[in-house]
Amino acid sequence: MTLAAKLRGPGWYRAALSQPIAIAFAVGLVVLVRTLYGYDPVFDGDAITTVALIAMPLGFIVGIGCFDYWFRWASGAPTVPEDHSGHGAKTWRDYFKVNTDHKVIGIQYIVTTFIFFILGGLMAMVIRAELAQPGTQFVDPNTYNGLFSVHASLMIFLFIIPVFAGIANYVIPLMIGAPDMAFPRLNALSFWMLPTAGVMMVASFFADGGAFATGWTAYAPLSTDTPVGQQFFTIGVQFAGASSIATALNFLVTIITMRAPGMTFWRMPLLVWANFTTSLLVVIATPFVAGSQFFVLLDRSLGTHFFDPAGGGDVLMYQHVFWFYSHPAVYIMMLPGFGIVSEVISTHARKPVFGYRMMAFSLVAIVILGFTVWAHHMFVSGMFDWMRVPMMIMTMLIAVPTGIKIFSWLATLWKGVIHLTTPMLFALGFITMFTLGGISGIMLAVIPVVIHVSDTYFIVAHIHYVLFGGSVFTIFAGLYHWFPKMTGRMYDERLGKLHFWLSFVFFNLTFGPMHFVGVDGMPRRVADYADQFATLNMLISVSSFIFGLSFLIFLYNMITSWRHGLKAAANPWRAHSIEWQVSSPPPIFNFDEIPTVVGGPYEYGVPGAVHAVFSDKKAPAAAKAAPAGGGGAPPPTTE
Amino acid sequence: MRRLLRRRPALGMALLSGISTVVGIVIVLTIDWFPVQASTASEQIDTLWDVLLIASVPVFVLVMSVALYSVFAFRAQPGDLSDGKPIHGNAKLEVIWVAIPFIMVSALAAYGWIVLDDIEAKQTDPLIVNVTGQQFAWRFDYPGEGRVKSTELVLPKDRDVEFRVNTDDVLHDFWVPEFRLKTDAVPGLTTKIRLKPDRLGEYNVVCAELCGIGHSTMRAVVRVVPPQKFDAWIAKEQQSESDGGAAAAGGDQAAAGRQLFTETGCNACHTLADAESSSAIGPGLDDLAADAKKFGKAEDQSPEEYVQTSIEDPDAFVVPNFNEGIMPGGYAEQLSDEEIDTLVQYLLSVSGEEKQ
Repeated sequence: MTLAAKLRGPGWYRAALSQPIAIAFAVGLVVLVRTLYGYDPVFDGDAITTVALIAMPLGFIVGIGCFDYWFRWASGAPTVPEDHSGHGAKTWRDYFKVNTDHKVIGIQYIVTTFIFFILGGLMAMVIRAELAQPGTQFVDPNTYNGLFSVHASLMIFLFIIPVFAGIANYVIPLMIGAPDMAFPRLNALSFWMLPTAGVMMVASFFADGGAFATGWTAYAPLSTDTPVGQQFFTIGVQFAGASSIATALNFLVTIITMRAPGMTFWRMPLLVWANFTTSLLVVIATPFVAGSQFFVLLDRSLGTHFFDPAGGGDVLMYQHVFWFYSHPAVYIMMLPGFGIVSEVISTHARKPVFGYRMMAFSLVAIVILGFTVWAHHMFVSGMFDWMRVPMMIMTMLIAVPTGIKIFSWLATLWKGVIHLTTPMLFALGFITMFTLGGISGIMLAVIPVVIHVSDTYFIVAHIHYVLFGGSVFTIFAGLYHWFPKMTGRMYDERLGKLHFWLSFVFFNLTFGPMHFVGVDGMPRRVADYADQFATLNMLISVSSFIFGLSFLIFLYNMITSWRHGLKAAANPWRAHSIEWQVSSPPPIFNFDEIPTVVGGPYEYGVPGAVHAVFSDKKAPAAAKAAPAGGGGAPPPTTE
Repeated sequence: MRRLLRRRPALGMALLSGISTVVGIVIVLTIDWFPVQASTASEQIDTLWDVLLIASVPVFVLVMSVALYSVFAFRAQPGDLSDGKPIHGNAKLEVIWVAIPFIMVSALAAYGWIVLDDIEAKQTDPLIVNVTGQQFAWRFDYPGEGRVKSTELVLPKDRDVEFRVNTDDVLHDFWVPEFRLKTDAVPGLTTKIRLKPDRLGEYNVVCAELCGIGHSTMRAVVRVVPPQKFDAWIAKEQQSESDGGAAAAGGDQAAAGRQLFTETGCNACHTLADAESSSAIGPGLDDLAADAKKFGKAEDQSPEEYVQTSIEDPDAFVVPNFNEGIMPGGYAEQLSDEEIDTLVQYLLSVSGEEKQ
């Protein structure tokens, strides 16, 4: 192919070409407009950066080819006939192209998000190095503030939220017996918006005045008042958020319309339920964070006064709008993990999920309650007093559906046949850590307590217990569980267990002591602290380094097993759900024949029960007699 | 124990959980969680905390007991390919674990509400203290005591105090860990906290809301003193404030400048030996006279003009190795022309002219 052809066709050449064009556009637009208005100087670095931050990612996404088909269709040009060449990945190079296969996109998502996970983790290591001793050792306060802000933003917007979307992307269509997602091209677009957001956030370190340094919360008016690095967050969030919304929409339509015949809502695996409810949260809540950041962008760039009281603005409005998304975001980061844990525990303990319908209802209850508690982040913000007590009560009520889930998982373990595989260990570790995080969460709902501990290291401890001990442990559980399905190979069980135990022990040694320093009076987001906290901080830092190193075992295990691991059988865990009834990895179009669902997904121990059959003649006779629904109907079995 | 667990697992487990619960409660109550109690609210909050801990331990122990017991009792033997018992649910059990947590959290929420009402109860004849946060220092003034201004917070023991918290720039958070109470300082709002200090001693005001590069250095001293000492302090401050004014009028520019330097919060970021400040967030000012000459020349300004511009428009010239946007703007509005002039003269006079 000639260079000219390469530059015309979709791909990295055209994407690379788009970048100088986008920069030229940014410079041109700014200079033109400033000249017309007679502003001096006409060449304004911050304004050009802002326009470039919008133009460059768009240029990249168009250049790489996400819009080619739509542009052709919209302009009336003949569309490239759909020969499914965009499906499947024959070589590693195919992962670097716009691909519409949900399995390829799933892996693209997972690998990309793990790269940002590593970057965010390295930042955490620098943060802990700086905090090992009081005083300033490695980084100045401005860089320090940038480090924890970018760390949190990457972990939330570029790792936890999208890695769940990645796992679900791979697994959900297989689980519901669909050949792909409902909107494969939109799916590809969602993925390709993600790296642009992440690169933008990391690149903020090179901005004039340093990276954005206002925390992932970016409270106004600090965020409307700081150097241009803040724009990298403000605009980066838009791309990550748009990606998130598009994916969620895709999941909703896929789950509602593309389930295999016979798969009623009450026969869906709980991971499908979890992603269904998560997607509802994303679609309803994410526009709010986009809005809050647009307000900041307008205040910064166009001189509006959303958050400037002198101009009639309202500082607290930022926090209300921000948390109206960011509290549900906590459940966006947790519900898919609940789904994974239900799959893992039931499969590896060989028992039906206890109280299946209540498990599904509790997900819905969390979605609804999740929208009624945002102001518990604002108990010391100076908002109106009357709002605090209702928010406290609603927050504490969330313990009820969450408790249902924990107790049901325990009851699922009870009298099972428990195989302590790596995914099972991570699921059990999750239950332990998440219970602790839940307990500190209840304490954090009680207003008089939170007046003392808000904005302290107690909060840092709590959020890491729910997001690392909670979400990330479920991510590990899920990756080990579906690794054979995704790669067609088995991971190294011994290394997996070593990874679990090191993570589990040093996670607790890292984040456990933070509870103590926090209650004792150490505020969070500080580059320096009083000498009285020195001993525990040293312990925290040393533990965190070992904790960080333990991740290398996971990485080594995943990479070597993917290349050289033992070939995996189609169904190494003897699971019932549909993704395990096809080869590992699955055929390009998932199913040679669409399966028919005949029973619940977790009928372990029910003689002859199956979840789905591929054609009537192959169905064992007993399957027909298997109870429909996973939960309510069957005769109660007493213990 | 082991035999009991094998023969009567439920009883054995209950016993084991009971013992762990007691041990757990003893441990969490032995831990010295909080800083000293220096206000009447702290005692109530600490008690509430203990109750929450006592309620939490059994929940955690229950979860752990069932999980650990299951792992040991129901672990698959190598090669065991059987399935567990197909138990799909148990309505009675599910009702129980909806009802009990519901009752528990309702009770705790009610208790929390009562404590909240108590610590925020109306006060009799409170001492009003205005607290103002700015990047990166605290100022206090006492409107009922002749508007005494101070950069340290002095409070009489056993008297109700109402803090009215404001900010000059971004969000800050006024927090004294020993008092247990905090509130954000919000642009455009006055937030309040009420408390009664009841322990003599020296503590710190800590800024608990990220406010920029100097956030971790934004501290002030709090002294709780006996009432007589407080009155004496107020009298002394009133005296020195009128002295300060007289000094300025009478030409003691240095004393007036030093006071202005500290009260405006310049000392929070700039090192200046004469004012006993040693922060490194902004450029040090001990060699300002020489620096002003050097940088001023480049900008075609006299040293005086250079210093004045640096106060009024900090980003007009940024000292090498420092970043734009770190020093808050707005001093031109906050200070009068005379005050700025006093500061300029003071800074140039104490920053090493004698060295040259």
